[in-house]
Amino acid sequence: MSFPWANHYEPKHPLMQWMDEKLPLPRFVYNAIGAGYPVPRNLNYFWNFGVLAGFCLVLQIVTGVILAMHYAPNALIAFDSTEHIMRDVNWGWLMRYAHANGASAFFVVVYLHIFRGFFFGSYKAPREMIWLLGVVIFLLMMATAFMGYVLPWGQMSFWGAKVITGLFGAIPLVGEPLQQWLLGGFAPDNAALNRFFSLHFLLPFVIAAVVILHIWALHIPGSSNPTGVEVKTESDTVPFHPYYTAKDGFGLGVFLILYCAMLFFLPNALGHPDNYIPANPMATPAHIVPEWYFWPFYAILRAFTFDFLFIPAKLMGVLAMFSSILVWFFLPWLDTSPVRSGHYRPLFRKFFFFGLIPTVLVLGYCGGAPAVEPYVMISQIATAYYFLHFLVILPLVSSIERPEPLPYSITESVLGSDDNADLKPAS
Amino acid sequence: MIRLFGILAGLFFSAAALWAFGNGAVNYITDPTAPTAEHEFHLLPKELNLASDGPFGKFDKQQLQRGFQVYKEVCSACHSLRHVAFRDLAALGYNEAEVKAIAAGFQVPGIDPATGETTTRPGLPIDYFPKPFANDIAARAANNNAVPPDLSLITKARHEGPAYVYSLLTGFQDQPAELVAKFPDAKTPNGLHYNPYFANLNLAMAPPLTSEGQVAYGEGNPKPTVDRMAQDVSAFLVWTAEPSLDKRKQTGWPVLGFLLFATVLAYLSKKEIWRDKKGH
Repeated sequence: MSFPWANHYEPKHPLMQWMDEKLPLPRFVYNAIGAGYPVPRNLNYFWNFGVLAGFCLVLQIVTGVILAMHYAPNALIAFDSTEHIMRDVNWGWLMRYAHANGASAFFVVVYLHIFRGFFFGSYKAPREMIWLLGVVIFLLMMATAFMGYVLPWGQMSFWGAKVITGLFGAIPLVGEPLQQWLLGGFAPDNAALNRFFSLHFLLPFVIAAVVILHIWALHIPGSSNPTGVEVKTESDTVPFHPYYTAKDGFGLGVFLILYCAMLFFLPNALGHPDNYIPANPMATPAHIVPEWYFWPFYAILRAFTFDFLFIPAKLMGVLAMFSSILVWFFLPWLDTSPVRSGHYRPLFRKFFFFGLIPTVLVLGYCGGAPAVEPYVMISQIATAYYFLHFLVILPLVSSIERPEPLPYSITESVLGSDDNADLKPAS
Repeated sequence: MIRLFGILAGLFFSAAALWAFGNGAVNYITDPTAPTAEHEFHLLPKELNLASDGPFGKFDKQQLQRGFQVYKEVCSACHSLRHVAFRDLAALGYNEAEVKAIAAGFQVPGIDPATGETTTRPGLPIDYFPKPFANDIAARAANNNAVPPDLSLITKARHEGPAYVYSLLTGFQDQPAELVAKFPDAKTPNGLHYNPYFANLNLAMAPPLTSEGQVAYGEGNPKPTVDRMAQDVSAFLVWTAEPSLDKRKQTGWPVLGFLLFATVLAYLSKKEIWRDKKGH
């Protein structure tokens, strides 16, 4: 679907006309991310992160495919082959640092994209499917990043793999056989490393496929916008190209400056020193921590230190960690306020800025810290709030809140008035 | 229905987290963790400034050569450097003949071409630094049950790596009397050496740099004090951990310069395109 006033693709060159008859790929691109896609005119810079996430995916695939040409997925030589890339492969250090920091950049961008969705209610009807597919992409990203971190076969690779696959061991009855089946052994070893490499290569392409569905689903209702008011007339929109290609181009430039500053001057700042020690099953690191982008979830996992009712603490932690992301799937039906944007929701806004954001930051900090007091107690409080926020506060806020008045249209919010508003009564 | 179920699930998870919090808090108050010697006497690394620090830093080749000399004459007796080949030393400013001579000064594992038996031969530039011990068991046997770690990546494999190496090398001291008085069980065992920069305070390595002039630096070099030698070998180990460091930073500046320029252009074109359209 598109808006009736969308530009139509009209190939002028005979070659393009010929192409359009045989395989209308240029038409498809024109309608998807070209002048044929009308987009609300009032998108702010938080709407840049979808395009940036797509850029990161391509960046990771390109650098990853090159790294795979030089990397050896064998427990005996994986660590050394990584160092071979760093030392002997031409520009190998650049590819590896670009890939390792690219993963971090990808998560930064995706977290901003997700929190944009949280604040502006992007998950609400008619965009539920876009949101659901987005959560699927995020889960696939987590799996891909986790398996990628195992590949250099350093200490954190090994022990991270051991801890995370150990989570499956917490499942009653089938846990241990399941864990051994996943690893292909009793502990992470060559079998696990090989399958992780295979899946780490495969999953990004699965992500790319789900991204296509995500964008397809987006094009049915069209992009959301900061007011949360749906597009009414042509004056509410501008064609994606050149308006948003230009804006995204600038956003991409800013992103690349920050990313390259990390990549060239602080390439190891986000990594853990222990991963420069070869994997050693006989020596447990003092503190096993995942990469920073998993810290909030790791804090939730570790927050459950006591059995609750009849549920063992470890199982409770695993359930909570998975549930902390699974609740996102239900968000469109938990938050029932008809108003999308947090700009017009005074109560929701307070809980968002003074509840959710600090909670997630505190969880992130505690997840990276050693599992000692007071970090564990702090993450327990934060975990309690996290679940209350999504499952209790959001539904209640939606029913008791009195939203502020919405603008009649996007045009009115931008220009102060909309000529169409006088003709039709505001709904 | 979803909301009712959601509220129940939310209360369930919150209750479980708060239950853990309550129990943890009670434990924390009634049974506080006992202080340990490591907790009270472990020190963070001393400050160390190297020429290669910072976004504009570059290796000081003279210093790297001195550091290499310290490694060769002192550290290499116990510590391997398995990711570094002799050919790599050209980056420290040695010419081809010097690299060949350095390589030939090391005996590396080889195979006797006549009998096929394992033997040793003088190193070639393509060889990697040989390991001082045949295997970990031999290393443990010779070092009070500790395996001396490979040093190639040591400055990346420790927090504040270069400063850590420098602090460890210059940090050996007698165990403080107050430590033994407070934690009698933490007395440094026989054969280990007290060093507050080491995570558990007691280290199997004996102080390797003990006296001024232990390594004889050539003409035109600073006086080989223990502090100087420790700094130099730390600098050398920054290089072994990342020989591409100079190239990385040198590549970074033009890249950032280009991106800055391109981003300004992108901003201007965005402004131009949006000039007649008020958006956000």
